[in-house]
Amino acid sequence: MNKGQSTGSDDRLLAEALSCTRGGRVLFRGLDFSLEPGQAGLLTGPNGVGKSSLLRLLSGLLKPSAGSCVVPEAKALCDDRLALDEHLPFEQALRFWARLDGKGEADVATAMKRAGLNHLAEVPVRYFSTGQRQRARLARTYLTDARLWLLDEPANGLDTDSVDQLGRALQSHLDGSGIILAASHIPLPIAFDFTLKLEPLEQVEAEL
Amino acid sequence: MSSIATIIWRDVRQSYASGGTWLPVIFYLSAATLFPFAVGPDRALLLQTGGGILWIAALLATLLPLDRLIQPDLENGVYDQMIVRGLSDEMIAAARLVSHWLAFGPPLLLAAFLASGLMGLEGAALGTLLASLAIATPALAGLAVMIAALTAGLKGAGALGGLLLVPLAIPLLIFGAGSLSSQGNGALLFLAAISLLLVAITPFAAGAALSANRE
Repeated sequence: MNKGQSTGSDDRLLAEALSCTRGGRVLFRGLDFSLEPGQAGLLTGPNGVGKSSLLRLLSGLLKPSAGSCVVPEAKALCDDRLALDEHLPFEQALRFWARLDGKGEADVATAMKRAGLNHLAEVPVRYFSTGQRQRARLARTYLTDARLWLLDEPANGLDTDSVDQLGRALQSHLDGSGIILAASHIPLPIAFDFTLKLEPLEQVEAEL
Repeated sequence: MSSIATIIWRDVRQSYASGGTWLPVIFYLSAATLFPFAVGPDRALLLQTGGGILWIAALLATLLPLDRLIQPDLENGVYDQMIVRGLSDEMIAAARLVSHWLAFGPPLLLAAFLASGLMGLEGAALGTLLASLAIATPALAGLAVMIAALTAGLKGAGALGGLLLVPLAIPLLIFGAGSLSSQGNGALLFLAAISLLLVAITPFAAGAALSANRE
């Protein structure tokens, strides 16, 4: 078996025969798909089927057990972890990532505005509600120049208005020839170019 | 390179702002204060043993910040986000070593200077003690970062960290405290060699631990 690897970087997202093993259990194997600039993919499937693992794998945090993937060099991962300093005011916490991404004050303000959090700039992150935390994760993602956005349940905990706001941000990313791969149970208000449905492996093998 | 500076600056500012920096210092000073109470105010005895006690206290002070070094950022996904941005585990660990030393080394030296007064150390003995601690603090910071990375996410990480630190710190203690004795020629050089070695392996050992943590 050829050892899995994340090879090279490109404008598009390309997965070839991608497999992932976690804790001795094969989550998925032989995944093939590609996303061109301006395209969005939706990832669905029951809990524990490997959606988050696929997103972590594409973001370079996990190694595939087989197969390979080509991803744009600049990518952003929005998962369930906040990665913001809880005791700092939101704007200051966000500024740390802005500096790492080579962004300025104005970009931080824009990102907060797009996430609908500019009125909470001075509030320490630890006081944020569930929905506000989710929007803070999104603001951190909007801040990057990354071509590829890997979103894990981006609409979790958001109210209807915030989901619409998220939809507008996603659409403008696609219009700027960005790529989106999102795992979501909540319908997202953008047109997806394809849906990748992950199935539990036992079920797939029973059908064969 | 500038991203490393950004990360180091964030960590250092956080350590000093949260007060986490001063906890080992206060602990160090209280340990030094207790010792004369325990053995009595015999000046000759204090002079003879004080340096060694201050060295032991430095090792114990190393243990205090262990659970705050790696665990919070690992849990909060900060390291994940750095990896996604193309930083390597080794760079993250090296940055953590530098930022931890900046928050740990200078305050500890200041505390050692103050505590040496309680032991009656002065002149050449005081100079040697401060020199040996200055040489050893980067290695102590490195040991702390390595152990914190290895034990991050484990239950009872604090106690386990203490058990891991003691054997690893023995060479530092032998040459560090040894440099205080009158036959201590060359001990400082050995101390420096061990310190360099520990600092050099820290980014790789702690980086490997961080990477293993993601699996």
